Amino acid sequence: MDVIINGERRAVSPRTTVEEVVRSLTREPGGVAVALNDEVVPKAGWATTEVGENDRIDVLTAVQGG
Amino acid sequence: MTSTHSPALPDSPAEPAGAPRQAAGGDPLVIAGRSFTSRLITGTGGAPSLRILEDALVASGTELTTVALRRVSPDAEGSVWDLLRRNGIRPLPNTAGCFTAGDALRTARLAREALETDWIKLEVVADDRTLLPDPVELLDAAERLVDEGFTVLPYTNDDPVLARRLEQVGCAAVMPLGAPIGSGLGIRNPHNIELIVEQAGVPVVIDAGIGTASEAALAMELGCDAVMLATAVTRAQDPVLMARAMRDAVAAGRAARRAGRIPVRRYAQASSPAVD
Repeated sequence: MDVIINGERRAVSPRTTVEEVVRSLTREPGGVAVALNDEVVPKAGWATTEVGENDRIDVLTAVQGG
Repeated sequence: MTSTHSPALPDSPAEPAGAPRQAAGGDPLVIAGRSFTSRLITGTGGAPSLRILEDALVASGTELTTVALRRVSPDAEGSVWDLLRRNGIRPLPNTAGCFTAGDALRTARLAREALETDWIKLEVVADDRTLLPDPVELLDAAERLVDEGFTVLPYTNDDPVLARRLEQVGCAAVMPLGAPIGSGLGIRNPHNIELIVEQAGVPVVIDAGIGTASEAALAMELGCDAVMLATAVTRAQDPVLMARAMRDAVAAGRAARRAGRIPVRRYAQASSPAVD
């Protein structure tokens, strides 16, 4: 199935969790936050939250700014 | 004569010779009940490298530093979050890049989750060319974030009325601009900054526009409680040296404000006794 991860369409296997999406992007999940269709998914829920067809997953972190 | 035995100070950080000491303990900056020794809040944008940024932040003596929130890049090298943590600097996430209250709320909620802090430097700007705050969206966002339990530090125009409104909705500080972000134009309307300071019941932090040390000192002399700057340091030819200059300027300006300057006179007043 297809999902949109950080703005890019990607194919993932069914029952993929938020945790797995995060791990596919970074080895350092400290300082990272996730929005699933614009709603924050708290870290405690990453492992149990599955992504669905056409979901938008944004994985954000602190960068230089301000 | 008795000799007093003074034990070695544990791990006190090495100070360059001749560097003025930060005012210790006696004159803290207090925002939302949290005390800071340094009155210099720094940003992290624009530094040529993380290494230079780290050296500059340490040289500045800052204890509170802003970061932005962006999508994870798989090829990012090093982490600004780790940098702040290993130097004991508190991160202050911002909502840079937000144009509406809705954008700012989403970013603030993500920042709270990512950085484990409910402090947010609220930026809601009107357009890319000036990056001036949009007062209507800003006030709306501030009120909603306060309701959600955030400690809100809004980047605002140098408008005393808007500053008052932001305080009234529960902001923990107000951060009026000296001039547009990154412009280095200094403090364009010192009179308005004084008006904001006079009426404020929360800390006033000059934010944006500072280009060099004398302007940071002026902000403090006008009565601001702290100075926030980024570009002036990160894009200086020698960021570490400028960071030190800003640290000293903020401390000097604060001391001058507390000392109480002499009145300005039209004519001379002899400082030596008259000749008999």
